[in-house]
Amino acid sequence: MQLQSQFTVVEDVLIVRLDGELDHHSAGRLKIEWQDHLHQEGIKHVILNLDALHFMDSSGLGVVLGRYKEVKQLGGEMIVCSVTPAVKRLFNMSGLFKIVRLESNEDFALSSLGVAS
Amino acid sequence: MNNAMELKFRSVSENEAFARVSVAAFVSQIDPNMDELTEIKTVVSEAVTNAVIHGYEEDSNQYIYITCSLTDQTLSILIEDDGIGIDNIDLAKEPLYTSKPELERSGMGFTIMENFMDKVEISSHPGEGTKVKMTKDFQTSKTMCN
Repeated sequence: MQLQSQFTVVEDVLIVRLDGELDHHSAGRLKIEWQDHLHQEGIKHVILNLDALHFMDSSGLGVVLGRYKEVKQLGGEMIVCSVTPAVKRLFNMSGLFKIVRLESNEDFALSSLGVAS
Repeated sequence: MNNAMELKFRSVSENEAFARVSVAAFVSQIDPNMDELTEIKTVVSEAVTNAVIHGYEEDSNQYIYITCSLTDQTLSILIEDDGIGIDNIDLAKEPLYTSKPELERSGMGFTIMENFMDKVEISSHPGEGTKVKMTKDFQTSKTMCN
């Protein structure tokens, strides 16, 4: 299954929704698309919605970590929401939740950034 | 249950999904639960990705080999490449260590394999390829189901 990515901007927040499987094969294209959207004028924060992500491995962790560093450069915050138990295990194992905040869904994530959805 | 299968495929990133789905299909005959299937898919993806990126340094003309066997409720997976090999296996296994940080590798591959499988053995020498042998016992979940 291919990875589909959808990018939406709400005020200064880039919402990234992933659908499918995120591995080394799909990571390269995702990185380029994500960077293009992230460096638009006025973007500060990122919400990563993984509700429809069916598979992820350490290549996915690498892409998320790479974008986290870029968001930090922008002075923003990265929030991950709607993660499946399997993805949550990988995030826990790699210590990613120490730097990236977890919220249960997109609405909570948006309001925690002070944005009305 | 006593069964085995072998796969040989080109070292291209498209085959990462092919490999994990194939091994998951083979394992499905012992009725693993969803968590176990995800674990198997993830470790196969990790080892095959390592072969593509590190073993063969993205040379798509090379081949990766997978041998799987099921003996009773124990799964063994052997993933092999004839690539450049690993210089320092202990270092490669360290969480967050990567030899290719410029490629945004997380350095979590071997840590994930060791967490999701009962046993992981790596044998490799520079210039002589890499073999990753992993085993997992599905006995416990079966006993609980019965």
